[in-house]
Amino acid sequence: MPLPRIPVRPEDIVPIRINRAPSPWVAEGLPWITVMFASMAAFSPVVASAPVTPPLAFMLFLAWRMLRPSLFPVWAGLPLGAFDDLFSGQPFGSGIVLWSAAMLAMDVFDNRFLWRSFPQDWLTASVLLIGYLGLGALFAGIATGAPLPLVIGPQILVTIMFYPLMTQLVALLDRIRLLPLRKL
Amino acid sequence: MARSVGRRPGFSRRAQYGIFTGYVIAVAGVVLGAILLIVSLVNPGAFSGLRSAAGEIARPAGEAGAEARAAGQSLFGAIGAYLGAGRQNAALSREVAAARANAMTMRALEGENRRLKALLGIVDPVSRPVTAARLIGSTSASTRRFAVLSAGSVQGVRAGQPVRSAAGLIGRVIEAGANTARVLLVTDPENVVPVRRARDGLPAFIEGKSDGRIAIRLINMGINPLKGGDVFVTSGSGGLYPPGIPVAVVTEVLVDGGIGHLASDPSDADFVIVLPVFQAAAVAALNASQQAAGPAPEAPAPESSTAGGAN
Repeated sequence: MPLPRIPVRPEDIVPIRINRAPSPWVAEGLPWITVMFASMAAFSPVVASAPVTPPLAFMLFLAWRMLRPSLFPVWAGLPLGAFDDLFSGQPFGSGIVLWSAAMLAMDVFDNRFLWRSFPQDWLTASVLLIGYLGLGALFAGIATGAPLPLVIGPQILVTIMFYPLMTQLVALLDRIRLLPLRKL
Repeated sequence: MARSVGRRPGFSRRAQYGIFTGYVIAVAGVVLGAILLIVSLVNPGAFSGLRSAAGEIARPAGEAGAEARAAGQSLFGAIGAYLGAGRQNAALSREVAAARANAMTMRALEGENRRLKALLGIVDPVSRPVTAARLIGSTSASTRRFAVLSAGSVQGVRAGQPVRSAAGLIGRVIEAGANTARVLLVTDPENVVPVRRARDGLPAFIEGKSDGRIAIRLINMGINPLKGGDVFVTSGSGGLYPPGIPVAVVTEVLVDGGIGHLASDPSDADFVIVLPVFQAAAVAALNASQQAAGPAPEAPAPESSTAGGAN
């Protein structure tokens, strides 16, 4: 997919590279911070009367996990899912269950398929995202006493089409993450 | 791309234990999450304190977002107005002429209404708005429909109070933090609003469908008298919403009711007004009697679900 190129490369921000190393705070913390910021996307200018936005935080979480499998510990779904629950409007606990289960599922995928490619990652993410949205709607449906609403169909489509853009974003963030900011 | 090798640490006991502990915590996370989920499904208000605190933290971002939304709307509005100015002018002139005639009739009716009420001795409670605030966020990715309000218990907002915009009903407050409050929008499936048709007072109630539209269910079964374009306003029964707030317009007629669009889209609402509970004493008495009676043994009839939704 040809995407518009960003004229300024992150590497140009820090031209001096000799005797420098990535800051450990940024290198370790940026993935957590970005996922938490995406959780707070509920406080964006959009006040929606229908579920239309893709679950940005969970997509970012999956994209980081796929690009850098060892960056998030396997238990990262517990704190990040709990944080997402505070803002997402889902019944508290649904994020903890689904994010933790997604981390364990990603581990199984990693062990089963030794070689990975982008289409395969996209397919994996699509399966996980459909499961996440479907189960999330199911939990919300139990909370309201209404049956599983069919309204998540368009949201699932948007989410799957949007995922490659998310991986692009994570790739850019990963370059920012490893900028040599610390003087040795 | 080959998979990473970081998961196999070799002979280091410490690293092996670290990985094992990670898996234990991950599985414990699933179990803990399931327990919390059950707790919050049984008792929806269980974690309201945490959510309110989170809302307080994110409040500045939401305020900035609300201002950006208003600015964006006025920008698009200005462009649209420029393009359609001539046509709009003619249409508005016609509308003003019609509205002026209507206003005269309304004033006459209002006077008559006041006289008749005085004759019957009915005193409507004077409702001064609690506060005016912005909607600063919404759960746009979840099928639950909540919005966050930029005013809380410091400004006098309490759970249960109705929220409206200039155009119509938005929802009701379900959790109030110090400076933020959560609003259950009319489009949430849990929100049931007793309404009547503005034209002739046909009683019905409205349920959210969580896709931005709402279902209109009639209380009296029989031939469906709905027509496209019918306007429904709150009826005031249930004692929660004051009567006469526009809620929905019928867009699709079904066999046993209809599908409607909201009179007031929350995304268009710049400022909203929090109103006091219409008949606070009656609602409190209703809740007390419901708690004393315990849960209903059989499936709730339409009437009882109307009362339940109005809590």
